[in-house]
Amino acid sequence: MADAVAGRDKCGEPRLVSLPLSRIRVIMKSSPEVSSINQEALVLTAKATELFVQYLATYSYRHGSGKERKALTYSDLSNTAEESETFQFLADILPKKILASKYLKMLKEKRDEDEENDSDDGSDGDEAES
Amino acid sequence: MAERPEDLNLPNAVITRIIKEAVGSPGWRVGAGRTSRQRGSGSGVRVPGPGPQRYSPALFSQLPDGVNISKEARSAISRAASVFVLYATSCANNFAMKGKRKTLNASDVLSAMEEMEFQRFVTPLKEALEAYRREQKGKKEASEQKKKDKDKKTDAEEQDKGRDEDNDEDEERLEEEEQNEEEEVDN
Repeated sequence: MADAVAGRDKCGEPRLVSLPLSRIRVIMKSSPEVSSINQEALVLTAKATELFVQYLATYSYRHGSGKERKALTYSDLSNTAEESETFQFLADILPKKILASKYLKMLKEKRDEDEENDSDDGSDGDEAES
Repeated sequence: MAERPEDLNLPNAVITRIIKEAVGSPGWRVGAGRTSRQRGSGSGVRVPGPGPQRYSPALFSQLPDGVNISKEARSAISRAASVFVLYATSCANNFAMKGKRKTLNASDVLSAMEEMEFQRFVTPLKEALEAYRREQKGKKEASEQKKKDKDKKTDAEEQDKGRDEDNDEDEERLEEEEQNEEEEVDN
Protein backbone atom coordinates (compact mmCIF):
# COMPACT_ATOMS: atom_id res chain seq x y z
CA MET A 1 0.00 0.00 0.00
CA ALA A 2 3.02 2.26 0.24
CA ASP A 3 2.78 2.54 -3.52
CA ALA A 4 -0.55 4.21 -3.12
CA VAL A 5 1.09 7.09 -1.34
CA ALA A 6 3.97 7.36 -3.76
CA GLY A 7 1.46 7.30 -6.55
CA ARG A 8 3.24 4.75 -8.66
CA ASP A 9 2.61 1.08 -9.20
CA LYS A 10 5.21 -1.68 -9.34
CA CYS A 11 6.37 -0.70 -12.79
CA GLY A 12 6.78 2.94 -11.80
CA GLU A 13 3.80 3.96 -13.91
CA PRO A 14 1.59 6.72 -12.53
CA ARG A 15 -1.40 5.10 -10.87
CA LEU A 16 -4.82 5.45 -12.35
CA VAL A 17 -6.25 6.07 -8.91
CA SER A 18 -4.43 7.26 -5.80
CA LEU A 19 -6.94 6.65 -3.07
CA PRO A 20 -6.84 3.17 -1.52
CA LEU A 21 -9.60 1.07 -3.01
CA SER A 22 -9.97 -1.00 0.13
CA ARG A 23 -10.83 2.08 2.15
CA ILE A 24 -13.24 3.35 -0.48
CA ARG A 25 -14.88 -0.04 -0.47
CA VAL A 26 -15.31 0.06 3.31
CA ILE A 27 -17.03 3.42 3.07
CA MET A 28 -19.28 2.26 0.24
CA LYS A 29 -20.27 -0.90 2.06
CA SER A 30 -21.27 1.06 5.11
CA SER A 31 -24.20 2.36 3.09
CA PRO A 32 -27.27 0.39 4.17
CA GLU A 33 -28.88 -0.93 1.00
CA VAL A 34 -25.72 -1.71 -0.91
CA SER A 35 -25.11 -5.42 -1.40
CA SER A 36 -22.22 -5.74 -3.81
CA ILE A 37 -19.95 -3.49 -5.78
CA ASN A 38 -18.46 -4.22 -9.16
CA GLN A 39 -14.71 -3.55 -9.39
CA GLU A 40 -15.21 -0.94 -12.10
CA ALA A 41 -17.72 0.90 -9.95
CA LEU A 42 -15.18 0.92 -7.15
CA VAL A 43 -12.44 2.35 -9.34
CA LEU A 44 -14.75 5.00 -10.76
CA THR A 45 -15.96 6.02 -7.34
CA ALA A 46 -12.38 6.40 -6.16
CA LYS A 47 -11.51 8.44 -9.22
CA ALA A 48 -14.61 10.58 -8.82
CA THR A 49 -13.64 11.24 -5.21
CA GLU A 50 -10.25 12.49 -6.32
CA LEU A 51 -11.86 14.79 -8.85
CA PHE A 52 -14.16 15.96 -6.12
CA VAL A 53 -11.33 16.74 -3.72
CA GLN A 54 -9.64 18.84 -6.35
CA TYR A 55 -12.83 20.59 -7.32
CA LEU A 56 -13.72 21.39 -3.75
CA ALA A 57 -10.25 22.70 -2.98
CA THR A 58 -9.92 24.90 -6.04
CA TYR A 59 -13.49 26.16 -5.90
CA SER A 60 -13.21 27.08 -2.25
CA TYR A 61 -9.93 28.80 -2.82
CA ARG A 62 -11.19 30.86 -5.72
CA HIS A 63 -14.35 31.93 -3.92
CA GLY A 64 -12.87 32.31 -0.51
CA SER A 65 -11.28 35.18 1.28
CA GLY A 66 -8.28 33.08 2.21
CA LYS A 67 -6.71 33.79 -1.12
CA GLU A 68 -5.87 37.27 0.04
CA ARG A 69 -3.32 35.61 2.25
CA LYS A 70 -2.59 32.87 -0.29
CA ALA A 71 -4.15 30.25 1.92
CA LEU A 72 -7.00 27.82 1.81
CA THR A 73 -8.74 27.94 5.14
CA TYR A 74 -11.50 26.02 6.84
CA SER A 75 -13.86 28.95 6.52
CA ASP A 76 -13.35 28.99 2.75
CA LEU A 77 -14.59 25.45 2.72
CA SER A 78 -17.53 26.02 4.99
CA ASN A 79 -18.55 29.07 2.99
CA THR A 80 -18.55 26.92 -0.11
CA ALA A 81 -20.77 24.36 1.59
CA GLU A 82 -23.21 27.01 2.59
CA GLU A 83 -23.28 29.12 -0.53
CA SER A 84 -22.89 26.73 -3.41
CA GLU A 85 -25.79 24.48 -4.31
CA THR A 86 -23.47 21.84 -5.67
CA PHE A 87 -21.76 21.51 -2.31
CA GLN A 88 -24.81 21.88 -0.12
CA PHE A 89 -24.65 18.27 0.95
CA LEU A 90 -21.53 19.17 2.92
CA ALA A 91 -23.21 21.86 4.98
CA ASP A 92 -23.71 19.65 8.03
CA ILE A 93 -20.16 18.43 8.23
CA LEU A 94 -18.57 21.79 7.48
CA PRO A 95 -20.46 24.04 9.83
CA LYS A 96 -19.63 27.67 10.19
CA LYS A 97 -17.58 28.48 13.19
CA ILE A 98 -18.46 31.23 15.57
CA LEU A 99 -16.67 32.48 18.63
CA ALA A 100 -17.70 30.82 21.84
CA SER A 101 -18.51 34.18 23.35
CA LYS A 102 -20.86 34.91 20.49
CA TYR A 103 -22.57 31.56 20.90
CA LEU A 104 -23.05 32.08 24.62
CA LYS A 105 -24.51 35.47 23.88
CA MET A 106 -26.93 33.94 21.39
CA LEU A 107 -27.96 31.38 23.99
CA LYS A 108 -28.54 34.03 26.56
CA GLU A 109 -30.63 36.10 24.21
CA LYS A 110 -32.76 33.13 23.36
CA ARG A 111 -33.25 32.35 27.00
CA ASP A 112 -34.35 35.89 27.72
CA GLU A 113 -36.73 35.74 24.80
CA ASP A 114 -38.24 32.51 26.04
CA GLU A 115 -38.70 33.87 29.51
CA GLU A 116 -40.56 36.84 28.13
CA ASN A 117 -42.85 34.64 26.12
CA ASP A 118 -43.52 32.47 29.12
CA SER A 119 -44.59 35.32 31.31
CA ASP A 120 -46.90 36.62 28.57
CA ASP A 121 -49.00 33.56 27.88
CA GLY A 122 -48.08 31.41 30.81
CA SER A 123 -47.94 28.20 28.79
CA ASP A 124 -45.08 25.92 27.73
CA GLY A 125 -43.25 26.84 30.82
CA ASP A 126 -41.09 23.77 30.63
CA GLU A 127 -39.44 24.39 27.31
CA ALA A 128 -36.09 22.62 27.33
CA GLU A 129 -33.09 24.77 27.58
CA SER A 130 -29.74 23.59 26.38
CA MET B 1 -23.24 5.58 9.32
CA ALA B 2 -20.70 2.99 10.52
CA GLU B 3 -19.77 2.27 14.08
CA ARG B 4 -16.14 3.24 13.91
CA PRO B 5 -15.46 6.66 12.41
CA GLU B 6 -11.79 6.03 11.77
CA ASP B 7 -12.64 3.31 9.29
CA LEU B 8 -14.34 5.83 7.07
CA ASN B 9 -11.42 8.21 6.87
CA LEU B 10 -9.17 8.46 3.87
CA PRO B 11 -5.41 8.57 4.34
CA ASN B 12 -4.15 12.09 4.91
CA ALA B 13 -1.03 11.71 2.82
CA VAL B 14 -3.00 10.74 -0.25
CA ILE B 15 -5.58 13.48 0.24
CA THR B 16 -2.80 16.01 0.54
CA ARG B 17 -1.21 14.84 -2.64
CA ILE B 18 -4.46 14.97 -4.55
CA ILE B 19 -5.08 18.54 -3.42
CA LYS B 20 -1.61 19.52 -4.50
CA GLU B 21 -2.11 17.90 -7.85
CA ALA B 22 -5.14 20.09 -8.37
CA VAL B 23 -2.78 22.96 -8.73
CA GLY B 24 -0.73 21.03 -11.22
CA SER B 25 2.40 22.33 -9.58
CA PRO B 26 4.22 21.77 -6.30
CA GLY B 27 3.01 25.14 -5.10
CA TRP B 28 0.72 24.08 -2.31
CA ARG B 29 1.94 23.45 1.18
CA VAL B 30 -0.13 21.64 3.72
CA GLY B 31 0.08 22.02 7.44
CA ALA B 32 2.91 23.76 9.18
CA GLY B 33 6.31 23.50 7.63
CA ARG B 34 5.73 20.36 5.62
CA THR B 35 7.39 20.60 2.24
CA SER B 36 5.58 19.34 -0.79
CA ARG B 37 6.90 16.21 -2.38
CA GLN B 38 7.13 16.43 -6.10
CA ARG B 39 6.11 13.55 -8.23
CA GLY B 40 8.36 14.59 -11.02
CA SER B 41 5.75 16.17 -13.23
CA GLY B 42 5.02 19.83 -13.62
CA SER B 43 1.76 21.50 -14.34
CA GLY B 44 -0.43 19.98 -16.98
CA VAL B 45 2.13 17.58 -18.36
CA ARG B 46 1.81 13.93 -17.59
CA VAL B 47 1.66 10.96 -19.89
CA PRO B 48 0.19 8.51 -20.16
CA GLY B 49 -3.13 7.91 -18.46
CA PRO B 50 -5.91 10.24 -17.46
CA GLY B 51 -4.11 11.89 -14.56
CA PRO B 52 -5.56 14.99 -12.99
CA GLN B 53 -3.06 17.37 -14.59
CA ARG B 54 -4.41 16.66 -17.99
CA TYR B 55 -7.65 18.34 -17.07
CA SER B 56 -6.05 21.10 -15.09
CA PRO B 57 -6.61 24.16 -17.24
CA ALA B 58 -9.95 23.03 -18.58
CA LEU B 59 -11.67 21.97 -15.41
CA PHE B 60 -9.84 23.72 -12.66
CA SER B 61 -8.07 26.98 -13.09
CA GLN B 62 -4.42 27.06 -12.28
CA LEU B 63 -3.67 28.39 -8.84
CA PRO B 64 -0.65 30.44 -7.90
CA ASP B 65 2.40 28.96 -6.28
CA GLY B 66 2.97 28.86 -2.60
CA VAL B 67 -0.60 28.49 -1.39
CA ASN B 68 -0.95 27.12 2.11
CA ILE B 69 -3.62 24.73 3.19
CA SER B 70 -4.26 24.64 6.89
CA LYS B 71 -4.35 21.27 8.58
CA GLU B 72 -7.89 22.01 9.51
CA ALA B 73 -8.83 22.64 5.91
CA ARG B 74 -7.11 19.47 4.82
CA SER B 75 -8.90 17.41 7.39
CA ALA B 76 -12.19 19.03 6.44
CA ILE B 77 -11.60 18.13 2.80
CA SER B 78 -10.85 14.58 3.84
CA ARG B 79 -14.14 14.33 5.71
CA ALA B 80 -15.93 15.89 2.78
CA ALA B 81 -14.44 13.24 0.53
CA SER B 82 -15.79 10.45 2.72
CA VAL B 83 -19.22 12.04 2.69
CA PHE B 84 -18.97 12.33 -1.06
CA VAL B 85 -18.32 8.61 -1.35
CA LEU B 86 -21.38 7.85 0.74
CA TYR B 87 -23.57 10.23 -1.21
CA ALA B 88 -22.33 8.88 -4.54
CA THR B 89 -22.80 5.30 -3.42
CA SER B 90 -26.31 5.88 -2.24
CA CYS B 91 -27.17 7.66 -5.47
CA ALA B 92 -25.56 4.97 -7.63
CA ASN B 93 -27.39 2.34 -5.65
CA ASN B 94 -30.69 3.93 -6.55
CA PHE B 95 -29.86 3.50 -10.20
CA ALA B 96 -28.87 -0.11 -9.64
CA MET B 97 -32.12 -0.81 -7.86
CA LYS B 98 -34.05 0.85 -10.67
CA GLY B 99 -32.35 -1.57 -13.01
CA LYS B 100 -33.27 -4.42 -10.65
CA ARG B 101 -29.63 -5.19 -10.05
CA LYS B 102 -27.94 -5.95 -6.79
CA THR B 103 -24.45 -5.08 -7.90
CA LEU B 104 -23.37 -1.50 -8.45
CA ASN B 105 -21.69 -1.08 -11.78
CA ALA B 106 -19.78 1.63 -13.64
CA SER B 107 -22.81 3.11 -15.36
CA ASP B 108 -24.58 3.48 -12.02
CA VAL B 109 -21.70 5.57 -10.79
CA LEU B 110 -21.73 7.72 -13.92
CA SER B 111 -25.46 8.26 -13.63
CA ALA B 112 -24.98 9.19 -10.00
CA MET B 113 -22.50 11.90 -10.96
CA GLU B 114 -25.02 13.47 -13.28
CA GLU B 115 -27.70 13.25 -10.66
CA MET B 116 -25.46 14.91 -8.10
CA GLU B 117 -24.71 17.72 -10.55
CA PHE B 118 -21.12 16.76 -11.09
CA GLN B 119 -21.46 16.38 -14.85
CA ARG B 120 -17.99 17.82 -15.21
CA PHE B 121 -16.66 14.55 -13.86
CA VAL B 122 -18.36 12.35 -16.42
CA THR B 123 -15.91 12.74 -19.29
CA PRO B 124 -12.75 12.24 -17.23
CA LEU B 125 -14.39 9.27 -15.55
CA LYS B 126 -15.27 7.68 -18.84
CA GLU B 127 -11.70 8.08 -19.97
CA ALA B 128 -10.45 6.58 -16.74
CA LEU B 129 -12.81 3.67 -17.24
CA GLU B 130 -11.47 3.02 -20.73
CA ALA B 131 -7.92 3.15 -19.45
CA TYR B 132 -8.80 0.78 -16.63
CA ARG B 133 -10.44 -1.69 -18.99
CA ARG B 134 -7.44 -1.62 -21.29
CA GLU B 135 -5.17 -2.21 -18.34
CA GLN B 136 -7.24 -5.14 -17.14
CA LYS B 137 -7.30 -6.67 -20.58
CA GLY B 138 -3.55 -6.31 -20.81
CA LYS B 139 -3.04 -7.98 -17.47
CA LYS B 140 -5.33 -10.82 -18.38
CA GLU B 141 -3.56 -11.42 -21.66
CA ALA B 142 -0.19 -11.31 -19.96
CA SER B 143 -1.13 -13.87 -17.36
CA GLU B 144 -2.74 -16.13 -19.90
CA GLN B 145 0.38 -15.93 -22.00
CA LYS B 146 2.45 -17.04 -19.03
CA LYS B 147 0.17 -19.97 -18.42
CA LYS B 148 0.43 -21.08 -22.03
CA ASP B 149 4.16 -20.91 -22.04
CA LYS B 150 4.32 -22.93 -18.89
CA ASP B 151 1.93 -25.64 -20.00
CA LYS B 152 3.12 -25.80 -23.55
CA LYS B 153 3.83 -29.51 -23.39
CA THR B 154 0.47 -30.53 -21.99
CA ASP B 155 -2.79 -29.61 -23.63
CA ALA B 156 -2.93 -25.90 -22.76
CA GLU B 157 -6.40 -25.22 -24.01
CA GLU B 158 -8.03 -27.91 -21.94
CA GLN B 159 -6.39 -26.75 -18.76
CA ASP B 160 -7.35 -23.15 -19.25
CA LYS B 161 -10.94 -23.90 -20.02
CA GLY B 162 -11.20 -26.35 -17.19
CA ARG B 163 -9.79 -24.00 -14.60
CA ASP B 164 -11.52 -20.80 -15.55
CA GLU B 165 -15.08 -21.84 -15.66
CA ASP B 166 -16.54 -18.42 -15.84
CA ASN B 167 -14.66 -17.12 -18.88
CA ASP B 168 -16.42 -14.53 -21.00
CA GLU B 169 -17.04 -15.22 -24.63
CA ASP B 170 -14.52 -12.50 -25.32
CA GLU B 171 -11.80 -14.30 -23.49
CA GLU B 172 -12.39 -17.53 -25.30
CA ARG B 173 -12.25 -15.84 -28.64
CA LEU B 174 -9.05 -14.13 -27.61
CA GLU B 175 -7.51 -17.41 -26.53
CA GLU B 176 -8.22 -19.03 -29.84
CA GLU B 177 -6.80 -16.11 -31.74
CA GLU B 178 -3.63 -16.20 -29.72
CA GLN B 179 -3.22 -19.92 -30.10
CA ASN B 180 -3.44 -19.57 -33.83
CA GLU B 181 -0.83 -16.85 -33.83
CA GLU B 182 1.73 -18.56 -31.66
CA GLU B 183 2.15 -22.02 -32.89
CA GLU B 184 5.86 -21.59 -33.36
CA VAL B 185 6.69 -20.19 -29.97
CA ASP B 186 9.20 -22.05 -27.83
CA ASN B 187 10.46 -24.44 -30.42
